[in-house]
Amino acid sequence: MNLWQQYIRPETVADAVTALTSAPGPALPIGGGTDIMLDLHQGRHSPVHTIVDLTGIPEMKILEIRDGRLFIGAGVAISHIALHPLAALYARALTEACDLIGGPQVRNVATLGGNVAHALPAADGTISLMCLDAEAEVAGVAGRRRMPLPELFLGPGKSALKLGDVIVGFYLPLAKPGEASAFKRIMRPQGVALPIINLSVWLSRSGDTSSPHPGPLPQGEGIKQIRIAVGPGGSVPFRARNTEAFLAAKAYSPENFTAALDILLEEIKFRTSAQRATAEYRRHLVGTLLRNTLAAAWERAE
Amino acid sequence: MDTTITFTVNGKSHNLAISPDETLADLLRKRLKLTGTKIGCEEAECGVCTVLVDGEPTMSCVYPAARADGKDILTIEGLANTRDGQLVLHPLQDAFVKHGAVQCGFCIPGQIMTSYALIKRHPEPTSDDIRHALKDTLCRCAGYPTIENSIIEAARALRTGEPVRVPSIPDSVNARSVIGKSQVRPDSVEKVTGAAIYTDDLTFPGMLFASVRRAGIPHGILTKLDITKAKALPGVAAILTSEDIPGEHNHGLVIYDWPVLVGIGERVRYVGDAIAIVAAESQEIAEQAVALIETEFEKQTVIKNAVQAYQPDAPKLHANGNLLKHIKVRKGSMETGFASADVVLEHTFQTQITDHAFLEPECSLAVPLEDGRMEVYVGSQIPYQDRTQVARALGWPEERVRIVGQLMGGGFGGKEDIMGQIHSAMLANVTGRPVKLLFDRHESLLVHPKRHATQIRVKLGAKKDGRIIAAETELYGDTGAYASLGEKVMTRATTHSAGPYDIEHVRADCYAMYTNNPPAGAFRGFGVTQSAFAVESMMDTLAQTLGLDPVELRRMNALHVGSVTNTGQLLRDSVGLVECIDKVDSAMRKLNPEPFKPQPVPGSEHLVRAWGFASAYKNTGLGGGAPDTSGADLELYDDGTFEVRSSAAELGQGLVTVMRMAVAEEMSAAPEIVRVLVMDTDLTPNGGPTTASRQTYVTGNASRLAAVTLRQAITSALSEKYDVAPEKICFEGGQVHVNGHSLTFADVAREMKAMGQNPRALYEYEAPKTQPLGTGGDMHFAFSFAAQAAEVEVNTLTGEVRVLRILAANDVGTAINPLALQGQVEGGVMMGLGNCLTENFIVEDGYVVTDRLARYRIPSIAHTPEITSIIVEHPTAEGPYGAKGVGEIVSIPTTPAITNAIYNAVNIRVDSLPVDQEKIAMELASR
Ligand SMILES: Cc1cc2nc3c(=O)[nH]c(=O)nc-3n(C[C@H](O)[C@H](O)[C@H](O)COP(=O)(O)OP(=O)(O)OC[C@H]3O[C@@H](n4cnc5c(N)ncnc54)[C@H](O)[C@@H]3O)c2cc1C
Ligand code: FES
Ligand code: FES
Repeated sequence: MNLWQQYIRPETVADAVTALTSAPGPALPIGGGTDIMLDLHQGRHSPVHTIVDLTGIPEMKILEIRDGRLFIGAGVAISHIALHPLAALYARALTEACDLIGGPQVRNVATLGGNVAHALPAADGTISLMCLDAEAEVAGVAGRRRMPLPELFLGPGKSALKLGDVIVGFYLPLAKPGEASAFKRIMRPQGVALPIINLSVWLSRSGDTSSPHPGPLPQGEGIKQIRIAVGPGGSVPFRARNTEAFLAAKAYSPENFTAALDILLEEIKFRTSAQRATAEYRRHLVGTLLRNTLAAAWERAE
Repeated sequence: MDTTITFTVNGKSHNLAISPDETLADLLRKRLKLTGTKIGCEEAECGVCTVLVDGEPTMSCVYPAARADGKDILTIEGLANTRDGQLVLHPLQDAFVKHGAVQCGFCIPGQIMTSYALIKRHPEPTSDDIRHALKDTLCRCAGYPTIENSIIEAARALRTGEPVRVPSIPDSVNARSVIGKSQVRPDSVEKVTGAAIYTDDLTFPGMLFASVRRAGIPHGILTKLDITKAKALPGVAAILTSEDIPGEHNHGLVIYDWPVLVGIGERVRYVGDAIAIVAAESQEIAEQAVALIETEFEKQTVIKNAVQAYQPDAPKLHANGNLLKHIKVRKGSMETGFASADVVLEHTFQTQITDHAFLEPECSLAVPLEDGRMEVYVGSQIPYQDRTQVARALGWPEERVRIVGQLMGGGFGGKEDIMGQIHSAMLANVTGRPVKLLFDRHESLLVHPKRHATQIRVKLGAKKDGRIIAAETELYGDTGAYASLGEKVMTRATTHSAGPYDIEHVRADCYAMYTNNPPAGAFRGFGVTQSAFAVESMMDTLAQTLGLDPVELRRMNALHVGSVTNTGQLLRDSVGLVECIDKVDSAMRKLNPEPFKPQPVPGSEHLVRAWGFASAYKNTGLGGGAPDTSGADLELYDDGTFEVRSSAAELGQGLVTVMRMAVAEEMSAAPEIVRVLVMDTDLTPNGGPTTASRQTYVTGNASRLAAVTLRQAITSALSEKYDVAPEKICFEGGQVHVNGHSLTFADVAREMKAMGQNPRALYEYEAPKTQPLGTGGDMHFAFSFAAQAAEVEVNTLTGEVRVLRILAANDVGTAINPLALQGQVEGGVMMGLGNCLTENFIVEDGYVVTDRLARYRIPSIAHTPEITSIIVEHPTAEGPYGAKGVGEIVSIPTTPAITNAIYNAVNIRVDSLPVDQEKIAMELASR
C-alpha cells in the first residue's frame, strides 16, 4: 500500500507539533484513525508521508475538572467519555452522543478530537459539544490558543486547523443546578451509520424548580438561557442562535415551542442528501427532535 | 523505515520490526500466522477482525500495528487451554458450540472476542448489554438470538463454575436414534478456536498475489489496452489479457456469455468486467501494477433497468439482444377467470438489488503441480462446475484441474459463479507458481452477482367469499450484464408469483433482461423472495377489499394435498401449509386477539403497533427437468471410523452434519465416528450445485443410501462368514451383532478385508424426475411451505419502523437436526428483515454507489426481534427420512409479513423495497 512512509508516536504535544511541521512530506495527526485510516485506504485522502499518532500523549488523555471547568483531552477514547461519571454529571449531551457513536470497537479507539477535527456538520460528538459552549485548546507552531468551537469549522470536512495544529483538549463550563443538556439523533436503517439529523440542547431553568410537572410542556416556568445545535444544518455545525434568542427568558410552553420551531425552520438551511434524506424530511423531523431533546434537558435541569 | 515494537499476544511476548503502514490484523495474520482473526471489510464495519488490546475490543483491520507497542493482545487462539493433552474450550467457545451459534463460522472469532470483553465487565450481562456490546459485530448467518443465548449461558457457567448446559430444543416428531435429534456441527470446535482454515488463511511457498483491472465503466467498447508500464514495475511476475486465454473466452453457469477478460474491440457490460490480471510478489505491487495499466473505452448508452432493456430501441448488449428469457406460466383461461370474479385488483411492485454480503470476501488460490495439473483452493458452492469452467478456459481436460473446496464464510447463492478461479489458474499456469487472488470488500461488492431487482405487476380476481379465481402476473427481472443463473432464478420467481394458493386460472409472464448493472444470480430465495413480496401484499389488499380476515383468506385458498399448482403439478404429499398458517395464527392471537388493529403504545401514542401475516412456498431441488443427482462415497476404516464424501458444498448451512447423521443412523453408530469430507473434485463424487435448497434432500439421500448399501454389503459378508441368515445380523449400539458375537466396526473392517472385500460404497442418488415448465407434469419433486407473522412498531412522527416479534412456522418435512434448523430459521428471518428494511444495493447509471460495506447495511443484533420458530413436519415420501429443503423457505415470508404489518399499523402500503421511513413519515404528515 505504502500510504505513508513514517509513523510517529510522540509523547508530548510539543513533539507532535514538531513532528508535524518537520516532516519531509505531507504530515497528518491521527487520533483513533477511524475516519482518517479509512479515507487513506479508500483513496479519499491523498497519501501522506508522516502519520503522527496522538494517542500516546498523556496530556491529551486526561479527563478532569480543571480551573472550574471540565477538561476532556482530545485523545480520550469515545467509550471512555461515554462511561465517565464526570462527563455524565456535567455534560450529559456529550455522554449521550458518545454512547451512540459507532459500536463499541469503534468507540474504544475513536477520539473526541478526531470527531471534532474531521469538521463534519453532523458529527455526533461535535453537535453535542456545540450546545455545551465548548472551547478547544489548540497547540501549534506559535504556541497554544483557545478557540470557541464554532471557530474551528470552515466548511464540510474543512477545519480551521493549520499545519502543525493539534487540538489538545476541550474545556466545558460545569453544569450548575438548574442547568442541563441532552442530545438525540435520528438514523435511517439503510446506508452509512451516521445520523440523518442530530440535535443537542443545553438550558438553564428559572423559577421554582422543585414542583413536579406533568406533561411534556408544562406552563409557567421559564427557560433562562438556552443553546441549540443541529446537524447537518448547514456547511458547518449549526447553532440555532435566533431560536435560542427567542426562547431565552421565555416560559417553557407549547405556544413558545411552536413559535421557536418556526424560527428554527427559518434560520436553518437543510439540504437534501441523496439516498439519505431530503431537506423536507429533515425539516419534518427537526420539530420532533427539538421537542424531545428540549424536554429531556428541561426535565434534567430540575 | 521500519520500527521495532514489543508486545504480547496471547501471553507470548514478541519483538518485531514492522513497516509503518502495517495494520495489526496483517501483523497477526501474515506474520504471526494467527489466522483465527478474520478480515471481512477493512472498514471498521463488520467486527470480524476484533481482538482485545489491553482488554478492550478493537478492530484490528484499522489499528496501526505501530500502536501495539507495549500492548497486551488477546486473540481467539488465546482462549482455549490444553489440559492433559485435551483441548479445554473457554465457556464462551463451549456455549457457542453447544447452542449451535456457529454456522459458517467466519464471524465467530469476532463475536467471541467481543463477548469475552463484555463478560469481563458485566459478569451477568442482560440482553440489552449484549445488544449494546455486539452492535457492530455482524453475523450474516445471523443466528443472533442463539449468539445471545450462548453468551448468557457462558456467563452463567463462568459465574457458577458449572459446566455449560445444552439448550433444550425439542426433537423432531419423526425422530429416530440419530435423525431428528440435535447434533452439533462437526466443524464447530475448530471454528470457535480460530483453527478453522478459510482460503485466505492458506499460503504456499513462492506464492504470488494477484489483482484484477476492472473496467470501471458500465458500458462501452475497449479501444485501448496498454500494459507496458505495468509490466515494467519491479516485482510483477505476469500480466495477462484476453489474448492470453488459452481456451474458451467465455464462462457462465448455464450460458457461456461472461468474458474471462474483455479484449480490445470487445464490449464491456458492467463496471466489474475484467480487463487484465496481474500476478506480483506482493499484493501492493499487484495493485500498483493494476493502476498503471492504461485503458480507453468508447462509452455507450447505459441500460439501467429491465424495463428500459425491453424497449425496442434499447442498445443490444448480447448477440441475441437483451432478452435472456421470456418465461411463461399458463393455466386455465384468464378471460373466464376474471369474468367470473366479483372483484379484480391490480398493483405493481418494485424490489431492489441486494447483495449477499457474506462476511468472507471471495478468494481463490491456484497451485500448479509438478505433474502438470492445477489445484484451485476456493470456497465454492459448485466445485465440479468450477472445475469444468477452469478447464475450459485453460483448454484442458477437466481431470487436469482439481478444485479443493475450502470452508466458506457464507455463500447464500453468491458463491456459485466464477470469480477468481479462472484468473488465478491462468496466472499460476504462466508463472508456474501458486497465485492467490483475494477480493477486498469493495471488489466483492462490485463484481459478484446480486439478487435480481424485479418489477412485478399482480392482478387478482376473486369471489366475494374470498376464493381466488384468477391470478395474472407480469415480471421484469434485471439479470444485469450476464446470465449467471438468471433464467432459473426468474423462472422460480414466475412460477411462484401467484403464491402458495390453489387458483384455477393463472397466467404469468416474465421478461428476464440483460442490463448494464452487475449481474444478478442466485440468492437465498431464488426469485421467490421478490414475487412473494408482491403477491402477499396483494393478498392483504384483497382481504381488506373483501372485508375478510387476511389469515382466513390465505387458509381458504391454501395449497393442500390434491391441489394442482400453477404449473400443473398435482401435489401428492407433504403440503403442511395450512398447519403452518394455523399454528402461526393461533400463536399470534394468543399474544394479541386483534392483531391487525393498530395499537398505539400507551404513554407514547406516536408509536403504533400491529401485526402482519404472510405465507409462502418454495421448491426443493433444481426441478424443471434438470437431472438432479448427487453422489456419496462412504468408507469404513480399519480403526472403525467412517468417512462419507461428496463434493456438495458446506457454506455454513449444516449439510456436513446431515451427512454424518444419515450414516450414523443407518449404521446405528455414534455420529462422532463419522467424518465428512466435502468439496474436493479429486476425492469426492459430484454432489451437484449447492443451490435451490437441494442438498439435504439429494446429498442427504445419497449419504443415507450409500450407508444402506454399505450396511447391506457388511451384512452379506458377515452372513457368509458366520453362515447365518442376513436377518439375524443386527446393527446396534455402534456394533454389529452376529450369532452372539459383537463385532466392533474395526472388527468388521478387518473381516471384510480378510474376505477380499473393500468396506466402501459409492451411491449415485438420482432425485425423482421432473418436467420442464410448460409440460404440465411434476416440475419439482418437493415443496416447502411457511407462514410468518411480524409485529412491528411504527413511529408515526419519524416514520421509523422496528420489528418486535416474528413468529415463523416452516414445513420442512422432517427436522433432521433441530439445532441447525434453529440457526437456519433465525438467519433466514434476519435476511428477510434485511431485505425489507436495511438492504439496498444502489446502482446509478451502471455505477455502483454502495461499493463499501459502510454503505450497504445488513441487519445487526440491534435489529433482531424476538423470533419464535414453529416446526411443522409433513414428511415427503422420497426425502431422506421425509426431509425437504429448509435454507430458503425460512426467509421468504418475512418481508411481506413486515410490510403488511406496517399497512395494518399506519395504513400505508409499501410497494417498493426497502421500506423508506421518509415516505412513511411524509405520507403520514400529509394526512
Ligand atoms: C463503523 C463506524 C461508525 C461510526 N459511527 C459514527 C457515529 O455514529 N457518529 C459520528 O459522529 N461518527 C461516527 N463515525 C466516525 C468516527 O468514528 C468518529 O468521527 C470518530 O470520533 C473520529 O475520531 P478518530 O480519533 O478516530 O479520528 P481520526 O480518524 O484519527 O481523525 C479524523 C481527523 O481528525 C484529525 N485529528 C484527529 N485528532 C486530532 C487532534 N487532536 N487535533 C487535530 N486534528 C486531529 C485527523 O487528522 C483527521 O483529519 C463512525 C466511524 C465508523 C468507522
Ligand atoms: S471491521 Fe475489520 S474487517 Fe471488518
Ligand atoms: S456464522 Fe456468523 S457470519 Fe456465518
